[in-house]
Amino acid sequence: MTATTIFGTPASLTDRITHYCPGCTHGIIHRLVAESLDELGLRETTVGIAPVGCAVLAYHYFACDFQEAAHGRAPALATGTKRARPDLTVFTYQGDGDLASIGTAELIHAANRGEKITIIFVNNAIYGMTGGQMAPTTMPGQVTSTSPAGRDVELAGYPLRVAELVATLRTPSFVERVSVHSPRHIINAKRAVRQAFEYQKEGRCFSLVEVLSTCPTNWGLTPLEALKWLEENMLPYYPLGVKKSPDDEV
Amino acid sequence: MAKKLMKGNEAIGEAAIQAGCRHYFAYPITPQTEVAEYLARRMPEVDGVFLQAESEVAASNMLFGASSAGVRTFTSSSSPGISLMSEAISYIAGAQLPVVFINIVRGGPGLGGILPAQSDYFQATKGGGHGDYHLLVFGPSTVQEAVDHVILAFELADKYRNPVMVLGDGMIGQMMEPVAFPAADVSPPPPKPWATVGMKNRPQNLIRSLFLNPDELEQNNLELRAKYDAMERDEVRFESYLTDEDMDVLVVAYGTMARIAKTAIDALREGGKRVGLLRPITLFPFPRQAVREAAGRAKSVLAVELSTGQMVEDVHWAAPDGMPVYFFGKVGGNIPAPEDISDEISKVLDGRATRHGVEPRPEEAS
Repeated sequence: MTATTIFGTPASLTDRITHYCPGCTHGIIHRLVAESLDELGLRETTVGIAPVGCAVLAYHYFACDFQEAAHGRAPALATGTKRARPDLTVFTYQGDGDLASIGTAELIHAANRGEKITIIFVNNAIYGMTGGQMAPTTMPGQVTSTSPAGRDVELAGYPLRVAELVATLRTPSFVERVSVHSPRHIINAKRAVRQAFEYQKEGRCFSLVEVLSTCPTNWGLTPLEALKWLEENMLPYYPLGVKKSPDDEV
Repeated sequence: MAKKLMKGNEAIGEAAIQAGCRHYFAYPITPQTEVAEYLARRMPEVDGVFLQAESEVAASNMLFGASSAGVRTFTSSSSPGISLMSEAISYIAGAQLPVVFINIVRGGPGLGGILPAQSDYFQATKGGGHGDYHLLVFGPSTVQEAVDHVILAFELADKYRNPVMVLGDGMIGQMMEPVAFPAADVSPPPPKPWATVGMKNRPQNLIRSLFLNPDELEQNNLELRAKYDAMERDEVRFESYLTDEDMDVLVVAYGTMARIAKTAIDALREGGKRVGLLRPITLFPFPRQAVREAAGRAKSVLAVELSTGQMVEDVHWAAPDGMPVYFFGKVGGNIPAPEDISDEISKVLDGRATRHGVEPRPEEAS
């Protein structure tokens, strides 16, 4: 009798133990990216760009070539690499401090030029790596170490809806917001991530998948409480779904 | 090869093409925008990439990405733009990537002006961005030399896997001179087995400047230092002009200032004055030994710059102990006439000049 493996580590992931906190959803999102690269046969032609933030060490966990960018600049690096080698699959993996704060210019203009790259944007409404500071995506009233009385929208404005923002650009692209707080949502997130890489493989368009994610450590919640908090607080403000498709009329 | 009359900025753009560069990322800024305008037309003719970025910050990070993919790549900018690129330059140095930067210097600080200056010497040769790194820096004094330096910059960037800067000024960028392109002499890029071009049948290639382990970061810093030591050993370039015999004054000047100083020196020589010129061609590595040896045949040294005194610090470092060092600078985009420089040299000859960095300035003394 022979054993059949029905579930294992994707070839696009290494077997290294991650540094992510217990309950963090980065591991799930890494896996979704890796499975997509495997299924599309892209691993050997892929270059990933790591951000500054919790995923700064993502290059240890993906079994493909990698670059490590300055804070927020990953879409610019991806642009340079993709323009030099259009045959490569180039993706960035960025958090909300990196992409939605210091890196907004690089994001908007890479999207507006229609760079044929894929951006995996992990939105957990807080700066994780530096220890829980307010991000542009932090919810109104959310307590962080730099908004100790809760985010005051009179002073800090409202959370930035990145997917909707990018979807306003006329240049054709694929933009979808997904979440990973339940198995059903994870399955859907996988479809979106794979779709994004498919569009790149076809040379069609810029693609961005915003993934709502948890940060139990800096939210001060257990992993289960964090999943519930995401569902109750982030989902109403950050509606899921496809925001823009290359098939949309320009 | 026949010579062609070209504006400095356009010649720089063509030199990059001749050097095999097909990837240019930049942002417009005076007085170097003609490089971008030239390449916007020229790159498509050679199936190259011209990309006008949203900022110098983005352009310089695109260079990081393109260089990481193994291609020759460069940008051109001017002082405020180079300040914005200094973040990426630090990362590019730390990640050991070959990239060429052109800085057509204008006056500063801040928005400053748009006229020629040499006030980015410190930024170019001592750092600019954070961390322990150096660029290899060329200071061309003619449009032809700018062309030659651009080509050499690509070769040496590849050789050392290090950013190289050609530090011109507004005069180099805007002036028209006859140039020849020695295209046949350009060496093709070496193999780049470290490039991130897909991990097939080999371990992962990783391009980064992050080393959280102190021993690994120390190792990276020491590797960088070893490259700078090798540059100081092998890449020092300079020009000596009338320095073989004993001199009363040795002038040290680079770039366009050295040309004007030469005219001044020629005039003084006709009057029987014993004056020579040492022109650093590489600003990092600085020709310390050459300045020391030439200064050893002189009674005094005069540094001439378009700044309030930057390279003069390296001249102090290089000059023999006790050697009187003098300084003459013009700033704001004002360019000294040869007579201005010969007047300063005459002051030194006559004992009317004030030693730099030792005696108080005349207004302070009064």
